Amino acid sequence: MNAPNKSGWKPSAPLAGDTESPTFTGNRALMLEEPLIFEIGHTETTGVDLPEPQADAPNRLGGLERKAEIGLPGLSEPECVRHYTRLSRQNYAIDLGLFPLGSCTMKHNPRLNEKVARMPGFADVHPLQPVDTVRGALEVVSELANWLITLTGMHSVAMSPKAGAHGELCGILCIRAALEARGDARKVVLVPESAHGTNPATAAFAGYEVEDIPATAEGRVDLEKLKARLGPDVAAVMITNPNTCGLFERDMKEISDAVHAAGGFVYCDGANFNAIVGKVRPGDLGVDAMHINLHKTFSTPHGGGGPGSGPVVLSQALSPYAPLPFTARGEDGTVHLVEEENAREFGHSDAFGRMTAFHGQMGMFTRALTYILSHGADGLAQVAEDAVLNANYILRSLEDLLHAPFGESGPCMHEALFGDQGFAEGLSTLDLAKALIDEGYHPMTMYFPLVVHGAMLIEPTETESKAGLDQFIGALRSVAERAKAGDESLKAAPYFAPRRRLDETQAARKPILAWEGELAPGGAAARSEIGGQ
Amino acid sequence: MRYLPLTDADRGEMLAKVGASSIDDLFVDVPEHARLKGPIEGLPMHASEMAVERHMRALSGKNLAAGDAPFFLGAGAYRHHVPASVDHIIQRGEFLTAYTPYQPEIAQGTLQMLFEFQTQVARLYGCAVANASMYDGSTACWEAIAMAGRIARGKRKKVVLSGALHPHYAEVVRTMAKFTEDEIADAQPSLQGSPDLDGLVSRIDEDTSCVVVQYPDILGRLSDLEKISEAAHAKGALVIAVNLEPVALGAVKSPGEMGADIVVGEGQSIGVGLQFGGPYLGLFAVRDPKHVRMMPGRLCGETQDAEGKRGFVLTLSTREQHIRREKATSNICTNSGLCALAFNVHMSLLGEKGLRQLAAENHRLACLAADKLAAVPGVTVLNDSFFNEFTLMIGQDARKVVRRLADHGILAGVSLGRLFPANDALSEGLLVTLTETTSEEDIDALCAALKEVLA
Repeated sequence: MNAPNKSGWKPSAPLAGDTESPTFTGNRALMLEEPLIFEIGHTETTGVDLPEPQADAPNRLGGLERKAEIGLPGLSEPECVRHYTRLSRQNYAIDLGLFPLGSCTMKHNPRLNEKVARMPGFADVHPLQPVDTVRGALEVVSELANWLITLTGMHSVAMSPKAGAHGELCGILCIRAALEARGDARKVVLVPESAHGTNPATAAFAGYEVEDIPATAEGRVDLEKLKARLGPDVAAVMITNPNTCGLFERDMKEISDAVHAAGGFVYCDGANFNAIVGKVRPGDLGVDAMHINLHKTFSTPHGGGGPGSGPVVLSQALSPYAPLPFTARGEDGTVHLVEEENAREFGHSDAFGRMTAFHGQMGMFTRALTYILSHGADGLAQVAEDAVLNANYILRSLEDLLHAPFGESGPCMHEALFGDQGFAEGLSTLDLAKALIDEGYHPMTMYFPLVVHGAMLIEPTETESKAGLDQFIGALRSVAERAKAGDESLKAAPYFAPRRRLDETQAARKPILAWEGELAPGGAAARSEIGGQ
Repeated sequence: MRYLPLTDADRGEMLAKVGASSIDDLFVDVPEHARLKGPIEGLPMHASEMAVERHMRALSGKNLAAGDAPFFLGAGAYRHHVPASVDHIIQRGEFLTAYTPYQPEIAQGTLQMLFEFQTQVARLYGCAVANASMYDGSTACWEAIAMAGRIARGKRKKVVLSGALHPHYAEVVRTMAKFTEDEIADAQPSLQGSPDLDGLVSRIDEDTSCVVVQYPDILGRLSDLEKISEAAHAKGALVIAVNLEPVALGAVKSPGEMGADIVVGEGQSIGVGLQFGGPYLGLFAVRDPKHVRMMPGRLCGETQDAEGKRGFVLTLSTREQHIRREKATSNICTNSGLCALAFNVHMSLLGEKGLRQLAAENHRLACLAADKLAAVPGVTVLNDSFFNEFTLMIGQDARKVVRRLADHGILAGVSLGRLFPANDALSEGLLVTLTETTSEEDIDALCAALKEVLA
C-alpha cells in the first residue's frame, strides 16, 4: 500500500485523454478505493447503542472471562453503510446485466421473494418452537415439496440439504442406504464425462469408487459403453440431464432401464432442471434421485456464493431412506414435522439419519415458493421454453464465428457450448472472457465441460430480452473476431474493471488469508495514513 | 408473466433465426412419450404479485413470531437484535444478486468482504485462519471431524464426542460416519452443574483422531478447554471446539486461546436471524496455519493486480471438488456468502466494544433470569457456569410444560426431551436462553406463568 500522499506529492489536472494519471486518494471519480475495516475502524468505536457493562455485574462464567483483546474493529453506522456500499460497487451482479454462466443459471431475482422471506412469521421463528406455533412455516415446506414432487413426477422429497452438492450427497446416501437394506454391498459409481465435476467428489465422499464413462462424439453418454460396464458391483450411475454440453440425454429412459435391470440406481444431477421444468418429468425417465438447486431453477438469489438449497426428489424405492427431518401431511390436512421422536409413527424408521441440524433452508423455501406461485404451472413451462429458445438463438447467432462442437447434434437446451478452435496462437478463452468484462459483461463459464478444448458455456436464461441478447451477441462477436485476428491487447484485458488481472499464482503460493496488522488506535488518524492504494 | 421479457413477436423472430417452426422443435431430443403436452395437472396457474403476497402473508400469519411473545429459545439458534443497516446492505443488488467470485476483477466487493469476514472469525476464535464459511454449524462440525481424519491419514479411526454436544450435531456426525467408517465414541450428557471433563478425557486414547467438545455446551455449561487440550494432545489427538453462540466469545476466552486445534460453529447469531433453521452460517477456523491445505470450503486470499494494486481472489482451490473431483478434501462446493456478509456487517457495527457490551448484557440478563427462576417453587437451576443459556430442572415433563406455556403466549425455551427424545432422564430439563431482546418484563412473565403451570 503506497499512499501517494505520503511524499507530499500534489496532483495536477490530468491531461486530456490521459487515463493513467494518479489521483491523491487513489480514487477515480465515482470508482472509489476502499480500505479494509481493519484500516478504518478501531476497537473503541461501535455502531450500535448498548448499555455499558457494570463493574459489579454478576459473573457466572466459571473463571473463563476473556482478558485478551480480540482485535475487532468497529465502525459507526454511517462509516459502515458507506464502506459496504462502496464495496458493493466493485461487484458485477445480475441486477447490473446479463450473467451468461452456463450450468450456474443466473436469472433475475424477483424482489417479491425478498419481501416475503422477511415476513415475521417466516424470518423470526425458531426451529424448535412448539410445532403448533409454526403451522404456516410447515405449510410452506409442504407446499413447496408438493410442487417439486409434482413437477418431477417423483414419489417424495428430502428438503433438508443445504446446497446442490449437499443434495447430491443426500441422494447417494439414500441409494447406499437402500442397497445396504437389501444386503447388497456394491462398490462402484459410474459418472459420465458429460456430468458435473461435483458428482465424482460426492460419490467418493460417500465411500464409492468412481469410474468415468466416456461421451460420444456428439456430446452425450455413450450408451453402449455404459451398458457394457453395468454389473453387480455398480451401485449407481450419476448423470447430469440436460448435460454439461447443453444437450438432453436422449437415451435417459434406456439408460435407467439398463441400470435398474442390473440392480443399480439412477442419480440425476438436477442442476439444469430449469431447461425442462414443466416440459418433462424426470420420474417418467426412470430417475431414482435428483437434487434441485432452488437458486438455479427457482430464482433464489446467489448472494455472491450462497446460501443455496438442494432438496432431493426420490423414487418410491428410495423414499423410505430419506433423512430426517421432513414434513408429512396428515389425513386432516395438518402438516406434521417428522423428526427422530415421531419417525416411527409416520412409518419412517428406515431414515439414514440427519444431514443438518435443523429443517433446511427455510429462507430459500419461502423465496422459491413465491417464485413458483408467481409463475404457476403454465409460467414454469414458459420459463423452460424461453430459456431454451434464448440459448439456441445464441448458438445459431455465433456458430459462424465461434466453433460449436456439438452444433450439429441438434438443438441445445438452456445453454450453448463453444470451443476456442480458430483463435490466434497465444490467445485463449480466458483472454476473450476478460475482454468481455471491458464490454460490461460477466464472462461465461470457461474450460468446462472438460470434453471441449477452451470451452465456453453460455446460458442466457429466460429473463433476458431479445434486445439484450442482440447486444451481448454483438459484444461477443467483436471480442471473438479480435481473438481470431490475433489482437494481442486482449492479453492484458480487462482495462476498465475495478482491478486489472489479479495474480492468482502469488495468492496460492504465499497465502495471505487474514489481515495481520495491529489495529490503529484512532479512526480518523489511521485513515489519513492509509490514503488510497 | 412479469418476469419474462420475450414477446410473441420476439419468439417468432428468434424461432426463424434458429430455423425451427415451433418451440417443440427445440425439444426434439426429449422422447415423445415423456413430453408433457400442456401445463402439468394438479397445480395452479400463474398469479399476480398481489395474489402471491396475500397467500404468503396468510401462511406467515399462522406462525407465532418470536418478536410477538416473551421468547426464551436457543439451543443452537439465537434471537439477537440485528441493526437495520445490515439488512439494507445485504439487499443491495450488487451483493444479493452476484455470483460466486470466480472472476475476481469484477467481484472485489464480495472478495474483500470475505477477507474481512475470515479475519473477524479467526480473531474471534483465537485461530490463525478461517475459511469463507460453511453451510451451518452442524455440517462444519462434521467437516472438522473429516479433516481431523485426513490429518491423521486415516490411521486413527475413533472420534470422541462430548455427551453435551448438540444432539442434532451428534446425529449429523453419526450419519456421515456410517459412510466413512469412523468409529464414533458417543455419550449422553450428565445432569450435573459442571461438565464431566474427566469422563470425556478418559475416553481419549491412541486411536483417537479428535475429541469434539461444545463450548458453551448444550446445557449451557462452560468447560475449561485447556484441560481437554492438554489431555488430547498428550495422546496425539486433535481438539475440535464447537461454538453455537458467537456472542459468548465477547465474554469468555476463545477456544483457540485454550488450545483447540479446529474451531467450528454457528454464526447465525451475528446478523443472520432465526429463519426457522436456515439458511445459517457455518464458521470454520484452524489454530495452526500449516493445516490450511487440509481445510474444507472456500478461502479468499490477498494478492495484487497487474498494476500492483491490492486485490483479493479465491485461492487454494485445488483442494476443492470441482477441480479435484474424487480426490477433493470435502463435499463443500459453495459457502454461505450472503450470510457471511450479514455477519461481517453486523460484526463491523459491533466492533470489539459493541461485542463485549452485547455479551455483558446477555450475561447480565441470564444471571438475573436464573435467580428469578430459581425462586419459582419446583424449579432448580442446574448450571454452575453459563453464558446466556442454562438448564432448569422442573420436576415434570418439560415438553408438556413448554406446550402449556405456549398457551399462555410464552415461548419458554427448549425442552431437553425434544432434543433427546430417547433419554428419559433428561425429560424434566428445560433449556432457557436470554439475549438482549428479552426484557425484564418478559422474565417476570415467564416466572409467573411457570409458577402457575407447575403448581
